[in-house]
Amino acid sequence: MIPLFFAYFSVVSIVAGVLTVALRHPVHCGLALLTLLLHVAGLFVLLNAEFLFAVQIIVYAGAILVLYLFVLMLLNLKTEERFLHTRYAVILFASVAVLGELLLLVLRSPFQGAKGDAPTEVILQDGASYAIGIKMFSDYLLLFEIVGVFLLGAIIGAIVLAKTPTSPLQDQRET
Amino acid sequence: MVPLSAYVVVSAVLFVTGLVGVLIRRNFIIVLMAVEIMLNAANINLVAFSHYFESMAGQIVALFVIAIAAGEAAVGLAIIIVVFRGKISTNVDEMNLLKW
Repeated sequence: MIPLFFAYFSVVSIVAGVLTVALRHPVHCGLALLTLLLHVAGLFVLLNAEFLFAVQIIVYAGAILVLYLFVLMLLNLKTEERFLHTRYAVILFASVAVLGELLLLVLRSPFQGAKGDAPTEVILQDGASYAIGIKMFSDYLLLFEIVGVFLLGAIIGAIVLAKTPTSPLQDQRET
Repeated sequence: MVPLSAYVVVSAVLFVTGLVGVLIRRNFIIVLMAVEIMLNAANINLVAFSHYFESMAGQIVALFVIAIAAGEAAVGLAIIIVVFRGKISTNVDEMNLLKW
C-alpha cells in the first residue's frame, strides 16, 4: 500500500512542479504550486513526519501561498505573450543533462551510514511532534532563537520595503 | 518498502524543475515560486534521510527551512511590490537598476 501512495504522491508532485514552471498564467502557476505543496505534505506522512505534514499545510499552503496569490491579485498582471527567456532551449538542454548526471549518481550510491538515536518505533510511541519538541528545545535551542530573530528581521524588512515613501524623504530630495 | 533512493530521485527531479523555472521564466513572481519548489525538494531529502537514518535532526532542519522560506517570500514579494510601483513590470530582464 505504501509504495502505491508513494508513487501517487511523487508522480503528482513532479507533474505539478513542471506545470508550475510551464504554465502561462501566473494564477494557474500558483494553483499548481498548491498541488505540489499538498502532495509533498503527503510524502512527509509516508516518512512518519506528521508534525512537518501539519506545518507544511498550515504554513506553506495556508500562509505563503496565500501571500503569493494576494500579491498576484494586487498587481493585476497581464498575461505576457513571451513568458520564457529567448534562450530557454539551451537552458532546458543543459538542465536535462545535469538531471541525468544527478540520477546516475543517486542510483549508483548505496546511501549507507551510522543510524541515529531515534528509531521509528520509539518515535511512533509518543508521536513525531513530541520527538521534535524534545530535540528542538534542547539541542537546537540556539538555532530556534536565531530563526525567531530572522523572522523579526524579515517582517521589519518587508514592512519598510513595501511602505509608501513618506514626506520626510521627499523633503530631503527637494533640498 | 520504498527505498531511500526513490525519495532522493523525486527530490532531484523536483530540484532541477525548480532550477529550470528560475532560469527560464521572465516573471519575477514565478521565479520566486520556482525557488519554493527547490526548497521543497530539499525538504523531501532532509525528511527522507531523517527517516531512513533514524535521526530527528533532518526534520528539525526541514522546519527551519520552512521558516526561512516564509521570510524569503515576505521580503521577495515586498521587493516585487516596490519594483512594480516604480516600473509597472515584474519582468526580471527589465530589473537592471543595480547593474552598473
